[in-house]
Amino acid sequence: MNQYDDLSEYLLRLGDSAVVQGQRLCEWCGRAPALEEEMALMNVGLDLFGQARNWLEFTAERLDDGRSADQLAFCRDERAYRNLLLVEQPNGDFAVTMLKQFFYDAWHYHVLTALKASSDKRVATIAAKALKEVTYHLRRSSDWVQRLGDGTEESHDRMVKALDVVWRFTVELMAGDEVENRLAAAGVIAAPELIAEQWLATVSQVLEQATLTVPPAAPSFYLSGREGMHTECLGVLLAEMQSLQRAYPDAVW
Amino acid sequence: MSEWTLFEVFVRSKHGLNHKHVGSVHAADTDMALENARDLYTRRSEGVSLWIVPSNMITASATDEKEALFDPSDDKVYRHASFYKLPDEVGHM
Repeated sequence: MNQYDDLSEYLLRLGDSAVVQGQRLCEWCGRAPALEEEMALMNVGLDLFGQARNWLEFTAERLDDGRSADQLAFCRDERAYRNLLLVEQPNGDFAVTMLKQFFYDAWHYHVLTALKASSDKRVATIAAKALKEVTYHLRRSSDWVQRLGDGTEESHDRMVKALDVVWRFTVELMAGDEVENRLAAAGVIAAPELIAEQWLATVSQVLEQATLTVPPAAPSFYLSGREGMHTECLGVLLAEMQSLQRAYPDAVW
Repeated sequence: MSEWTLFEVFVRSKHGLNHKHVGSVHAADTDMALENARDLYTRRSEGVSLWIVPSNMITASATDEKEALFDPSDDKVYRHASFYKLPDEVGHM
């Protein structure tokens, strides 16, 4: 088929964001604040890797250039990665981790809900399966944002600081590009403006319940994850994630 | 974490069966306890329904009363329905 077209490009974005967010969650393994929380974080990470596999396998089939889903994940450099800048940001403290997760989940939830009705049947099927998982992710991260924002003085302060660190990266959740506009016109995905509207509504509601102030829309940023222009954080993350594959190419158990 | 409450977790493995005690979780409140229980005890398709109960709400029989409470039933075999001949029509029981 060898189609490096808008859809393949968009599938990479979905898959890559899931991989990178999953990898960030893995960093909490052995370090989470409670055993229960650790299991929960790893469950979310595993869900995301499963979803990434579905998206990247579909991408690999479409590209048909000899690369497998694994190779797409483990053999591409940061310039070829299409993930959101938000998910590659360091975990910071638990407030930053949960706020990032929440912003991503809220976006992910609305994106997948719309993709369930995609004109592409395979996309719709993958989205429907992923949406069940993401509905729970959103419930969990919303709860945490509310607990921490409306918790103790310290947890509130940390959430305020987290908001200050993370908010600038939400600009990508609020605006589409040419690729997405064309796919939306073809009925494959929802219009980026619609997702932006829904995302902001969900985020505003939860932040309000968390006694946090919704900042004004983030101004445009000089980097763009979907164009492969990443912050310095992604290279380090990929270096660790891909180290085994790089040292022992095609190693098997 | 030290301020979290201990909850007992009960899972119903399928419709029509009883909820069964499977273990416990720590959580700040009942909402979080349900989520933690979901993540700890149903990740391999173990359940269709969850109950969580604050551990301190459970009244348990005392260990040192074990003999008085339970030993007397040991020699009352007639309480088992094992002295009746089952008619063949009853089948498995």
